[in-house]
Amino acid sequence: MLGDGILKGMAETARNFFGSFVSAERLTTVEYPEQRIPTAESARVFPFLVYDSKSPGDGADWLAGMRCVACQICEKECPPKCIYIEKSPDKKPDYVGKQQFYPARFDIDVSVCMSCQICVEVCPFEAIKMDTQFELATEDRFGGLLYDRKELSRSNEYYHSIHPTEATEVDARLAEEKAKLEAKAKAAAEAAAAKAAAAANPAPTSGGGS
Amino acid sequence: MIATLGATNPFFVNLDQIFVLLRNWLVGFLPAVLRQAAGVLLGVIAIVCVFPGLFALTTVFERKGLGRIQNRIGPNRVGPYGLLQPIADGIKSLTKEDIVPLRANAAVHFLAPLVLVVTVFMGFAVLPMGRNMVLVDMDAGLLFFFAMGAATELSVFMAGWSSRNKYSLLGAMRAVAQMISYEVVLLLSSVAVVMITGSLSLPKIVAAQNQYTGVFPHWYIFTPWGLAGFLMYAIAATAETNRSPFDLPEGESELVAGYHTEYSGFKFALFFLGEYLAMFSISGLGTTLFLGGWSAPFSFLAWVPSWFWFFGKVMLSIFVFIWMRGTLPRLRQDQLMNFAWKFVLPFTLLNLLVTALWRFMGEGWARWVVCSAVLIAAYVVMGRLEMRSEHFGRRRYRYAE
Amino acid sequence: MRTLSPIFYLLAALTLAGGLATVLLKQLVHCALAVTVAFAGLALLFLQLDAQFAGFAQILVYIGAVAILIVFAILLTHGSDLPKAGVFSKTWALGLVIAAGVFAVLGWAVLASVRAIPQQNTVPTVTVHDIGNALVGRYVLPLEIVALLLTAATIGAVIVAMHEKERPR
Repeated sequence: MLGDGILKGMAETARNFFGSFVSAERLTTVEYPEQRIPTAESARVFPFLVYDSKSPGDGADWLAGMRCVACQICEKECPPKCIYIEKSPDKKPDYVGKQQFYPARFDIDVSVCMSCQICVEVCPFEAIKMDTQFELATEDRFGGLLYDRKELSRSNEYYHSIHPTEATEVDARLAEEKAKLEAKAKAAAEAAAAKAAAAANPAPTSGGGS
Repeated sequence: MIATLGATNPFFVNLDQIFVLLRNWLVGFLPAVLRQAAGVLLGVIAIVCVFPGLFALTTVFERKGLGRIQNRIGPNRVGPYGLLQPIADGIKSLTKEDIVPLRANAAVHFLAPLVLVVTVFMGFAVLPMGRNMVLVDMDAGLLFFFAMGAATELSVFMAGWSSRNKYSLLGAMRAVAQMISYEVVLLLSSVAVVMITGSLSLPKIVAAQNQYTGVFPHWYIFTPWGLAGFLMYAIAATAETNRSPFDLPEGESELVAGYHTEYSGFKFALFFLGEYLAMFSISGLGTTLFLGGWSAPFSFLAWVPSWFWFFGKVMLSIFVFIWMRGTLPRLRQDQLMNFAWKFVLPFTLLNLLVTALWRFMGEGWARWVVCSAVLIAAYVVMGRLEMRSEHFGRRRYRYAE
Repeated sequence: MRTLSPIFYLLAALTLAGGLATVLLKQLVHCALAVTVAFAGLALLFLQLDAQFAGFAQILVYIGAVAILIVFAILLTHGSDLPKAGVFSKTWALGLVIAAGVFAVLGWAVLASVRAIPQQNTVPTVTVHDIGNALVGRYVLPLEIVALLLTAATIGAVIVAMHEKERPR
C-alpha cells in the first residue's frame, strides 16, 4: 500500500532515536579526545629503536642495551630516504656479548616517513619496530619532526605493551639464537677441551674409557 | 459542552491569561488615545522576541535530534549539552564577511532576504496563540495568512535571479514551481475546514474545535475528512517550506545551496531564519486548523494554560518535521511535481467532496462510516495507480525542436 | 470636494511610482518587480477602504500568482536581453493620444458611477459571508463562466504540453 515504506522507515528512525539514549550499539560516537578507541595490535605509525634493559623502567641504559648495530640496511631500503645513520668509531657488546658497532647518529624525519614498515621487515637484528603513537603534532615544522636516537629509543617492555604477540615472538627467536650460540660455544669449548686433553695424554692402545 | 473541570479556578484563569493581563497592565500607564496602538506594539515585540528565540532552540534540537537518529551525538561542546550552540552560530553569521558577487544585481540581492523575513513575520499576526491572544482578529484571517505565504515565493525568485548564477536561478525556479504547486494543495485542504466552520477567522475556527463530548475534543483531525485534510496539509506544508524530503531547491549535493548560494554572513542567517519561521507559522496554522489550536486534548486538562497547548503542539509538529528529515531521502523534481498534481491534488479535491457529504449527512454514525469508506477506498485505488511500475520498453529519445 | 486621508495619497503615490517604474526601467525583471509593487499598492488601497477580502485576494492572486507568471514568462523566453531598438517606441505621440482617450473614458465611467450611488455616511461592512452568499446567489452565472474559462485554459495548457510527448523519433 502506498505509504507503508515511509511508516516503516519512520519507525526505524524512531527506534534509533530512543535507542540511542539507552543502548550503546545505537550511539556509536567515541568522544575524542576525552575517550579514545584502543588501537589495534597491528597498528603502525612511525618507527622506534628497541633497547634491552636490565633494569626496566629506569631508561638509563638505553644506549648500552640498544639492539641496533648500524648495519645501515634500513637506511638503504627506506623508500623516501628518511633515515640517516652514522656508525660509531668504537664497538660495544650486544645481547649475546659479541662486540658490535652502534649508531652514533640515527635520525628519522617523520614528516617524510610514510609508515611502509620496510625498515622493520629488513632489519636482521630486530632493532627497529613500528610505534603506535599518532598524537605527535608540534609547532616546529622542521626540527620538531626530526627524531634523534634518544627520542627514538624505547624499551623492550614498551614494545611488549604495544605489540604483545610480536614481541613475545621476537624474544623467543632471540633467546633461541642465543641458546644456539651458547650451545655451539659449549660444543666448541668441549671439543677444544677434548683436543687439549687428548694432546696432553697420549692415548693408550687398548680402549679404556676416557 | 465546554469543559469546566478546574478551568474556572481563578489561579489557572489568570495563568492562562497572564500575557494578556501583563499587556493590559503595561498599557494602562499610557493615556487612553495611545492604548490600542501600544497594545498592538507590545504584541509585535513579543512575537519578534519569542519566535526567533524558538528558532534558536529549534536549530540546536534539530541538530541533536538528527544526530540521535543517525546514531551520533549532535553538538555538545558549547554550553551544557550543546544548548548554547545557537549563540555561537549567531556570532559566526554576524561576523562573516558579506560577499556580494560583482555582477549581481545589488538592490534586488539586498532586498530578497528582507522581503522573505518581513512577509513571514506578517503571517504570525493572525495566529491565535492562546485564549484572547491573537494579535489582529481579522474577519478574513486565513486569507491574509495565505496571501503572506504567496508573497514569500517572490522573494525566493528575487534571491535566485539577482545572484546571476545559473545554479541559483535553477534552484529558484525549482523552488518557485514547487511552492506554487503545493500552495494549491495547502489552500484546498484548508478550505475543507472553512466549509465546516463557516468562517475564515482563525479564532472562530479554534472556538469551534474547543468543545468536548465527554472527555474527547472536537478537533477536526479526529474526523475522517479532517485526518485526510491534515495529511495533505502536512505534505503541502513540508513542500512549501522546502523541508526534506522536498528540499531539492536547497539540496547541497545537487545545487550547492540553490537560491541562497551567493549569500553569506547575515543575509544567509536571514534566509535560514525565514525558513524556520515559515516552518513555525505553517505549523501554527496547521495546529489552528486541524489540531484544535490552543484547546486542551482532554476536557479534564483544560486547566493547563492555553498557550502551553498551542506551543506544545507547534513544537510537536516541528519534531515531526525533524523526524521526517532524518528518515526520508530527497524527492527528485519531477517526482515531486508528479506527486503534487497527480496524487495529492485529486485526493484533496475528493476530500472537499467528502467534507460536503459529512456536512449534509447530519449527525450520527452513518456519516463516519460513509466518509471513512470513501476516503480509504480512494486512497487505496490512487495508491495502486501511483505505484504501477513504469513501462520499461525500448528507449525513446526526444529531441529539442 | 471631500479631502481624502493622507494615507490614501501615500498609497496612491506608491502605486503610481510602481506603475511608472514598470514602463521606465530598463531591466525586464526589474519591471516585473515594479509591477508587483504597483499590485501591492493597489491591495493596500483596497485595505484602506476596509475591503479585506478584496485586498488579501489581490495579494494572493496578483502578487502570489500573476507576478510569478510574468517572471516565469520573462525568464523562459529570453526576455532578459535588452531590445536593440531601445525601450521607447517611435510612435509615442500616437500612443499618448490613445492612452489619454482610454483614461478619459475610464474616468468618466468612474465619476458617473460615483454620482449615481447615493452618498452614505457610514461605510457598509461587507463580510466574507456576504461575499460568499453573493457569489452563489446573485452572481452565480459569472462564477460558472469563470470556472469554464479556467477549465478551458487548463485543458489547453495540458494539450499544448502533451503535444511534445507524442512525437518520439
